[in-house]
Amino acid sequence: MGQTLAEKILSRKAGREVRAGELVVVEVDQVMVVDSIAGSFFKRLEYLEATPRYPERVSIVIDHVAPAANLEVAKAQKEIREWGRRHGIRVFDVGRGVCHQVLVEEGLAQPGWVVVGSDSHSTTYGAVGAFGTGMGATDIALAAASGRTWLRVPESVKVVFRGQLPPGVTAKDAALEMVRRLTAEGATYMAVEIHLQDGAEAFSRGERMTLANLTVEAGAKAGLVVPSGEVLELYRVPDWLYPDPDATYVQEVEIDLTRLTPRVSVPFFVDNVHEVAEVKGKRVDQVFIGTCTNGRIEDLRAAAEVLKGRKVAPGVRLLVIPASSEVLEEAARDGTLLTLLEAGATIGTPGCGPCMGRHMGVLAPGEVCVSTSNRNFRGRMGAPDAEIYLVSPRVAAASAVAGYLTTPEELEETHA
Amino acid sequence: MPRVWKFGDQINTDDILPGKYAPFMVGEDRFPTFAFAHLRPEFAKEVRPGDILVFGRNAGLGSSREYAPEALKRLGVRAVIAKSYARIFFRNLVNLGIVPFEAEEVVDALADGDEVELDLERGVLVRGAERFQLRPPPPFLLEALREGSLLDYYKKHGRFPGE
Repeated sequence: MGQTLAEKILSRKAGREVRAGELVVVEVDQVMVVDSIAGSFFKRLEYLEATPRYPERVSIVIDHVAPAANLEVAKAQKEIREWGRRHGIRVFDVGRGVCHQVLVEEGLAQPGWVVVGSDSHSTTYGAVGAFGTGMGATDIALAAASGRTWLRVPESVKVVFRGQLPPGVTAKDAALEMVRRLTAEGATYMAVEIHLQDGAEAFSRGERMTLANLTVEAGAKAGLVVPSGEVLELYRVPDWLYPDPDATYVQEVEIDLTRLTPRVSVPFFVDNVHEVAEVKGKRVDQVFIGTCTNGRIEDLRAAAEVLKGRKVAPGVRLLVIPASSEVLEEAARDGTLLTLLEAGATIGTPGCGPCMGRHMGVLAPGEVCVSTSNRNFRGRMGAPDAEIYLVSPRVAAASAVAGYLTTPEELEETHA
Repeated sequence: MPRVWKFGDQINTDDILPGKYAPFMVGEDRFPTFAFAHLRPEFAKEVRPGDILVFGRNAGLGSSREYAPEALKRLGVRAVIAKSYARIFFRNLVNLGIVPFEAEEVVDALADGDEVELDLERGVLVRGAERFQLRPPPPFLLEALREGSLLDYYKKHGRFPGE
């Protein structure tokens, strides 16, 4: 009987053939720690009287509140820098970017690796064929101390994306459609294995990151994109890193990209996904373009294309926060940044921005935010009754210009 | 007597502890006082050690923030009963030594404010004259829980259960 991609990776790591349902203890190739839980991480290591077993396999990223928003955070981040120096641990400091983007840019997620991160969107590493999974501070501390972690080998759900996207429809729309089809708990404890076929192989690494990123919103333990296209050019992909044709899946979902339309996730649940056309006209106070889901250069360019020669509507705040310093540099180099600024955008320090409601764009009671991020839970970005609508960068940009939720195509018609 | 705090389906970790009240935002001492700050602002003040949290489906979805269940632990919660769990939250509960029971029919039978007694080891829940049998956690988790938490287990044995 054939193996899924998840079974292949964990078998390789366990040194024996393993199947879904088994518990395995495996070596971890990279442990990623974010600033917001670093204090808990240090305390747990202290309790264990341990230090990281393989210092080069640990990275700490200061991204969740960067730069520091208050004295508590400033103290916590000072401790990170000192701890990093003391133990020879890599620290990516304020401004380097969102953890997942940074690790991929730095080559700290590689095909076939197991990467555990103290952030639920660690599924993102599946874009390059790594088994990336999110965990809490205790698991992360144990992984750093032992160099290993325990996992239940997950069953897999197969999601096949077929064909090429129509103009104006993006990988974010495809990802939201996937979450709608799977539901918020449809892949709980499972790996989502993403197969790109009949033209969908053309998805870039960044677009694959968007897909893998959102698999956790269906409950997934990992979101593995079967390596193809650009990933084969950028990485040395081991020949065993493919699911067998006769692998067993719990469920198979097919998404026809050629018929997809722009999507929006409506509060307060990520799987509450609709066509933008159904919700259009919703008044907007703030538009946020960024995060590990959609803060890459292609996302900023897509927004700039819509914003070129236009202005953000009066009364609307447009926040653009590049996912990393590399993205920001590239946007400065190719003119994207100037286009955004001319349209009236505010540019923030690369990092997570206001995604989890701590700083740089917290929402007031009753406010509405159109965002390219990944969660629209109640109170996520500030006031409990503030609303977050999740969309693609193009739709976010068009909504900033209109002052209400809309697509660039609708904008053309209205302003023609 | 311990009481039941009952919540609905799809309660996420932002509900349990909003991100703006993370320990590194408000300090180690204060963060538990913000548990369910948006959803049930009275919870952190009124919850008593030994009280039981009851959730519907997909409990604890979303952010991996272990400080959400850690806030519950600091407030004295030792057990959670849910219809089903999101995976990171489930791991975090075990790692912290909070027992995660899964029992759909028991969740349906319990009401907010019920006074109950729970035998954690045996998984026996008593409400008045009624007695509910909960399925005890699997052996791997039980082994860890017997030492307190997975962290305690690893500290004592230098390995994971069953390794």
